[in-house]
Amino acid sequence: MGLGAFKRSLWVFHLNTGSCNGCDIEIIAALTPRYDVERFGIKLVGSPRHADVLLITGPVTRMMKDRLLRVYNQTPDPKVVVVVGNCGATGGVFYESYNLEGPVDRLIPVDIYVPGCPPRPEAIIDAIAKAWAKLEAMEAKK
Amino acid sequence: MIELLYLAASSFLLICVALFIALVFNGIERKLIARMQARIGPPIIQPFIDIKKLFMKENIVPDSAIPWLFNSMPAVALASSLIVLLYIPFAGMPALLQNYGDLILVLYVLLLPSLALAIGAFASGSSFAGIGAQREVVLMMSYEFVLSVVAISLAWLFSLCCPQANAFAFSTITSKPAWLLVGGAGFLGLILLFISSLAVMPAKAGKLPADIGEAKTEIAEGVLVEYSGRNLALLYMAQAVRVLAFASLIVALFLPWNLSSLIAIPEQLSMLADFLFFLVKVFMVMFASSIFVSAVTARLKVDQAARFYIIVVFLLSLLGLLLIGIDILM
Ligand code: SF4
Repeated sequence: MGLGAFKRSLWVFHLNTGSCNGCDIEIIAALTPRYDVERFGIKLVGSPRHADVLLITGPVTRMMKDRLLRVYNQTPDPKVVVVVGNCGATGGVFYESYNLEGPVDRLIPVDIYVPGCPPRPEAIIDAIAKAWAKLEAMEAKK
Repeated sequence: MIELLYLAASSFLLICVALFIALVFNGIERKLIARMQARIGPPIIQPFIDIKKLFMKENIVPDSAIPWLFNSMPAVALASSLIVLLYIPFAGMPALLQNYGDLILVLYVLLLPSLALAIGAFASGSSFAGIGAQREVVLMMSYEFVLSVVAISLAWLFSLCCPQANAFAFSTITSKPAWLLVGGAGFLGLILLFISSLAVMPAKAGKLPADIGEAKTEIAEGVLVEYSGRNLALLYMAQAVRVLAFASLIVALFLPWNLSSLIAIPEQLSMLADFLFFLVKVFMVMFASSIFVSAVTARLKVDQAARFYIIVVFLLSLLGLLLIGIDILM
């Protein structure tokens, strides 16, 4: 096996670490008939144990820090982390807020950033497609 | 000895074919549901891709789990849902092990996958899985009544028409369609029984509107929450096979016709024709009871579902039994 095993089958777990819900709605938009990510085998799952991709929105508030680490550790390898939105990448509009532990890459390794506040669904789908390439490259190296 | 080997070989072949068919049907189902929601949908081979990927993933056993129970239950679920196919007439042929088990055994073995799922979930030690398992068991208790009423009514019919044979055996039940044994009232009763067994399908298959045990958005996939990698792949396959097994059971009980006995087909082709006809029948049953229903409904709450099965569907099947009784006794 190896290369191409993750092609056309990528299960995504979405974790909100304190976002304003803008990005979350754009993620849901990617599931609607207009974009329909299921045709690429991308599926939103309800448990991090099933996930290949962690889709993280939000700047990581103090309360969410432990949860984020826990969800990250619960996800089986191989996995990639995708941060959606400016606030997860840099803090965005919440920059220098008193209760931030983030941005996300201070706590866990991030593979792909999707800038935008919020980004368009096309950009999110593109990021997940890049996650494919990255997972495959990781598998090939083994 | 040779006979035993022959039996083992043909069982193995049947299991492989059934697994393949179950996964293809699963793919078709996902495609059709997507189409009904005006989406394009995944390719039909998507289940195979998903399973291949799941086998490559890490298999996590949570610290709070009982490892041997947690790890063995997915295999039990898959094995029991495959084994039940050996007792049900499959692909237009009589069941391979038809001399070793009958309808009662099939109903019990068909329970095993759900039970295994619930036990595995309890063994995982997660509270989400615990809730899911409880819901699964409540649901199971509410639809099993219906299936036993269906079994009893059919056995009653057949015990009168063929008094010397075992009325619960599939060789008796498939020998004649039940529809030909009854008059007007009994015919109506059979229709009610057919409808109520179709209504059990979503719960048996874990599909909307009765996928309460693995509700993704409220209890994080419920019974499946802690499963990953290989175990999840086994459970995925068990799920698909369970749908196929229950659909073939309904076909055997209510639609036992073979194409070769309906129209003239050359001898060599009759087996192939029966096989394809069987697939069409199973697909129609799946479409009517699970695919179409789950595309247009939302999830019920567990008390609503239990009430639906215990009151509405159970009474429907009792009415069917009553009508058949009237037909027999008059
Ligand atoms: S990036 Fe912007 S839209 Fe997205 S969650 Fe943060 S603040 Fe909201």
